[in-house]
Formats: sequence, C-alpha cells, structure tokens
Amino acid sequence: MPELSTLLAQVFTGLVLGMVYVLLAIGLSLIFGLMTVLNFAHGALFMLGAYFGVFLLTYTKSFWIALIVAPLMVGALGLLMERFLIRRLYGRSPDDPLLLTFGLSLILVEGVKLIWGKIGLTLDPPRALAGTVNLGFMSFPAYRIFLIGVTVAVLIGLYFFLGRTNIGLIIRAGSRDPLMVRALGIDLGRVWLVVFGIGTALAGLAGILAGPMRGAYAEMGVTMVIESFVVIVVGGMGSLFGAVVAGLLIGQVVGLTTLFVPKAAEIMVFVVMAVVLLVRPSGLFGEAGLAE
Amino acid sequence: MDRRSFLATTAAGAAALSFPAVLRAQSKDPFRVGCPLPLTGPFAALAADMQRGAQLAEVELNARGGVMGRKVEVLFRDDQLKPAVGAQRTKELIENDKCQFIVGGLAAHVQMAINEQTKKSKVLYISTSQSDEISAKPDTSSITFHEALNPTITCRVLGKWAAENLGKKWWIIYADYAWGKQCNQVLQDTLKKSGGTLLGATPYPLGSAEFSTHLPKIQAAKPDVLMNVAPGADNIALHKQVISFGMKKDMKIAQPLLWISYLKEGGPELYQDVHGAVNWYWELQDSIPTAKKFVDASMKKFNLPPGDYGAYSYSGVLEVARGTELAKSTDAEAVASALRKSPTYDHFKGKQWWRACDNKSFQDLWIVKGRDKVKGDWGLMDIVTKVGANEEYDRTCSEKGFA
Repeated sequence: MPELSTLLAQVFTGLVLGMVYVLLAIGLSLIFGLMTVLNFAHGALFMLGAYFGVFLLTYTKSFWIALIVAPLMVGALGLLMERFLIRRLYGRSPDDPLLLTFGLSLILVEGVKLIWGKIGLTLDPPRALAGTVNLGFMSFPAYRIFLIGVTVAVLIGLYFFLGRTNIGLIIRAGSRDPLMVRALGIDLGRVWLVVFGIGTALAGLAGILAGPMRGAYAEMGVTMVIESFVVIVVGGMGSLFGAVVAGLLIGQVVGLTTLFVPKAAEIMVFVVMAVVLLVRPSGLFGEAGLAE
Repeated sequence: MDRRSFLATTAAGAAALSFPAVLRAQSKDPFRVGCPLPLTGPFAALAADMQRGAQLAEVELNARGGVMGRKVEVLFRDDQLKPAVGAQRTKELIENDKCQFIVGGLAAHVQMAINEQTKKSKVLYISTSQSDEISAKPDTSSITFHEALNPTITCRVLGKWAAENLGKKWWIIYADYAWGKQCNQVLQDTLKKSGGTLLGATPYPLGSAEFSTHLPKIQAAKPDVLMNVAPGADNIALHKQVISFGMKKDMKIAQPLLWISYLKEGGPELYQDVHGAVNWYWELQDSIPTAKKFVDASMKKFNLPPGDYGAYSYSGVLEVARGTELAKSTDAEAVASALRKSPTYDHFKGKQWWRACDNKSFQDLWIVKGRDKVKGDWGLMDIVTKVGANEEYDRTCSEKGFA
C-alpha cells in the first residue's frame, strides 16, 4: 500500500485530470445535447485552438490575448460551418452531420499541415503559471490549478446562460420541441447557430489550454476526441451535469489505476464505460432516446 | 534534314554530351527503392527527416550516373504508423511500382510487418529504425538488413553511462509497445549490472498525451534519474508535465535517444540538461568528413541540416546501391551476400560494418545533452562523449538464435 500522502496526491491529480477531461468534453456535450449533432470535428477544432493560440502568441506576445482571441477565431469558424454546411442537414439522419464533420476534421488537419507544416509547434504556459504550488502533500503545477478555475468559470457561465437568460430558455425549449418554438415565431436557425458557435469556441479554448501541457501538433485532436467521447457517453449523451460527473469519475479511474496497476490504466476507462452502458444504456445522466 | 531539325538534333546531342551520365542513367529501367514511412501521425516529424535523407541519397546517386547506369528513383508511401498499412504499401511498392528494394520503416511493429512482406516477395529490405527482433531469429532473414541502432545497443550504452554519471536510483516510464518494452528491459538489466536500484518502472499506452497521474508517486520516490522512454509527441508531453510538476530540479532526466526533430518541436528549453544517445548529430561535421558532405548536401537542397533518422535512410539507400554495384544485380540474395562479403562502409558518420550472422550494422554512437544556449536554429545539443562501435553492445549471434 502506498503512503497516505501519495494516495492523497494521486487522488488530487486524478481530480484535476478529471477537470481537464470535463473541459475537453464540454463543447462536444453542449452541441450534442442541444442540437443532437455529433460534432466529429471537435478534435480538429481543439487542435485549431492550439494552433491559433501559437499564431497569436507569436504576434501579440501575450498568452492572455491569445487565450481570449483563439477560441473566438475557432468559434467564428464554427459559425461558418453551421451556417453553410451543417444547417443543410437538419432533419436528416444523425449519421449525416457525423459524416460531414468527420470529413471536415480530415480537411482541417491536413490544411493545418499544409500551412504550418507536419512538425508540431511549441506552446509554453505563461510565465506567471509556469511554476508549482506547494500543497503540503505535493508540489503541483500552477497551470493545472488555473485550468480548474477556467473550467469552473465556463461551467458556471453555461449554467447561467442556459438556465437564467432568455436566449438560454429558447435554446432549451428548442431542443425539447423545435416545432412548438417555431410556431411561436422564433427563428431557431439563429439559435442553433449560436449554440454551435459556443460549442466550437469551447473546443478552441480547450485546445489553447491543452497546448502548454501536451504540446501542439496536427493530430493532437485524435486522443482528445476519444477522451471526450468516453466522458460524454459515460455521463449521458447531452447532459452537461453528466459530463462533469463522468469527467471526474474517469479522472479518478485513470489516477488510481495508474497508481496500482499502471498497465491497466487505459483499459479500465473502457471497462468503466462498458459497465455504465450495461447498467444504464443512456449513460449516468442521459435522457433515454436522445441518441436514437 | 532541314535546318530546323538539324539544329534541334545538334542541340540535343550537345546537351547529351554535357550531361552524359544523367542521360545514360535515364535510358534504362529505373533503379527503384520503395520507402514506406509514417508520414502522417505522431512520428511525422521524424518521417519527414527520413524522407529528406532518402531524397538526398537519390540526388547523390543520380548525380554520379545512377546505379549501373540506371536512374535512381525513391518512392515514398505513407504507412500511417500502422502495421497493416505498412505491409499493404510495401506490397504495392513491390508489385505495382516494381521497386527492387525497400528501405525505411519507423517504429518497431511497423518494420516487422514490412519485413514479413519483403521476405514473402524476396526483396531485400534495409530497416531504418530501432528494433531488436528485426535482426534476430525467427523474424529476420538472409535478405533483412538493419541499419539503425537497436534498443539493446542504445539502452546498454546510455544506461551504463547514466548509471555511472547521473545517479544509480532510477524510475523508468516507458511506452507499452515493442521499442518501449525492450528498452525498459535492457535499461533494468544494465542498471542492475551497474549496481543501481530500480525504484519503479511504469508503462503507459503509446500515443498518450497525459502523464500527470504517473508523476505523484515518482515525486514521492525521489529517484536520481527519471528515464523518459516515450517516443514522438508523447516525449514532449511527458517532459512538459515533468517540468510543470517542478520535478526537473529534483532529478536528472535521461532518455534512450535524443531525437533532434523533437528537440525542435518541443523547444530547446524543454530539453535543457536532458541526456540521451544519438546515432548522429549534424555538428559531427566538424570532425567527420562524410558527415560534412552529408550536411552540405542537405543545406543545399533543403536549407536545414539532416537529423539522426534522416541519416539512416540516406545510408540505407546508398547501401542498396553499393550492394547492387558489387553484385552487378538487383537480386536480393546476390546483393545481400555482396554486402556481407564487403561489409564496411562510411556514408555519413565514419566506419560502419554489417555483421555477417545477423546483417546488423555496427556503428559509433554519442551521448549528448540538450544545450543551454542554442546556436542558431539547429545547434540544439552538446556532444558529451563518443562511444565507439562494438559488437559486444548487441546480443551475440547465438543469443539472437544463430548457430
């Protein structure tokens, strides 16, 4: 048995990793939950967030400007994607937008290689966050603690936006009963445009934030899409709350398996997913029927 | 003959006289070398370097008139770092594109798949990345050659040096696939022989970007040396996370190989004071004539110095050409026995030789470390010491299954 302090350190590291998973998955969860569009380009947009981040960092020399502008750039691209491509596929089988976004992700990854080359880019954390924080039981990267703050801020922001504003009310109503909302004279097209823009901007935000931890390279979205899918499937497709619970759960599963049986850390994630799906086929907090 | 066609003919004739070698080389079937590489995916940077290396060999061979008067063509295919795709691309290179040789492959598991295919098609293969099995029974063959270093040689040399110079209490993190597992085993054996202590060895799945959950227990164990046995983009992610956890000030970091492509991609700060082995580094041009020639050619064509893995593919293509000229044939067995009969060569790093039993190339290697103050764009490493080529660093012929 490891010492208590090691165990504590491990649980804390797993908790923070869980928050990283939540951050990665949240945009995907939002778009699926409200639009039932499975955005397979999520990983590519995540990667674009990191690349735009490096680009902006080179010109502005400010991580903070890059942190705000890069997600906006990715979100703007998301708006174009929704307006000109995805919008045409509403009302068709859910496979169609999935295939479309999968194709788009290939184009984006190859496009990035054409522009920036096949070799990845360097993205460092800002000086202020490069050090460690002494937690008593371990020293922990300041940057990861900052990430918890960002993730919590995003979650609170989304909660208020969806739960407490008029647009949020329309978005939620539109996802429940689009026909009725239209009958009330509301232009749902514009609402979905906004949702898609926010979801893709969040992918971009996750990208620029992940760069300093993981590096920035054209294929960085591949691993991330898998991580995100596991989180939203376990949490329940479309449930933001479920994504948070699942992210934290998976973080602990990875953390504790790495401590005791490192070889099994990867497989355990999928074991947990399989068990959850057997017991609750629509995930921990998913609505039955949403994904059908 | 009218005036116009007379002029055309004489002009063509004059051109032919001025570039005789090139034209003669083009008049016969080309000498084709197929080169499967993971041009996309996490090893893309290394693969790009290898592609440039093979292209330099192609240019050099054609400039001197090709191989036996035949123009040299090197064909590149993307194996996507997948064994099945590697085998398929190799089959196509041999059957559809009529390649007489295969040189390339990066990542142990993909080379094994390529090798299965070349054995089946009776085509000589020079493998250009690390693997222990590729030059051992039952996988190897009389027409399988191995130009690169292997985990045994690299990790014995680096491990011994690290135990003597960096510290004797180690933690190893290794990628859970062929190369990583082999390195881990050899490092552990070497550490034991050097009288050191292994505090822990943890595998992680290849292609992972998250190492945070590995780090608390390493922090708690306080090793002298952390061995980073993670290839490709994983290597960068692990260094980034180790630094962010503030561990670099408490322990020395070493890795079997210090790949220049990843020093470039991850940024030199990440690799400051990180030790590793290399098969080659371009600043060796200051002391080795063939290295200078190779660097000059690369600067001229690509305006950047070749990397460690580009050197392997460069040498591999030149070796199939040398073997063909010695054998006066492209027949795989004939070329293979010609190479074994005159095993010594020097294309980019000083003397190398093929060992007769296993077709393994023996060569010098160097211990290097990430430089504090980089020189220019590519002056990223300091050479710490040279370790001369020695067959004793590899397993013996009998240990590899040769009687």
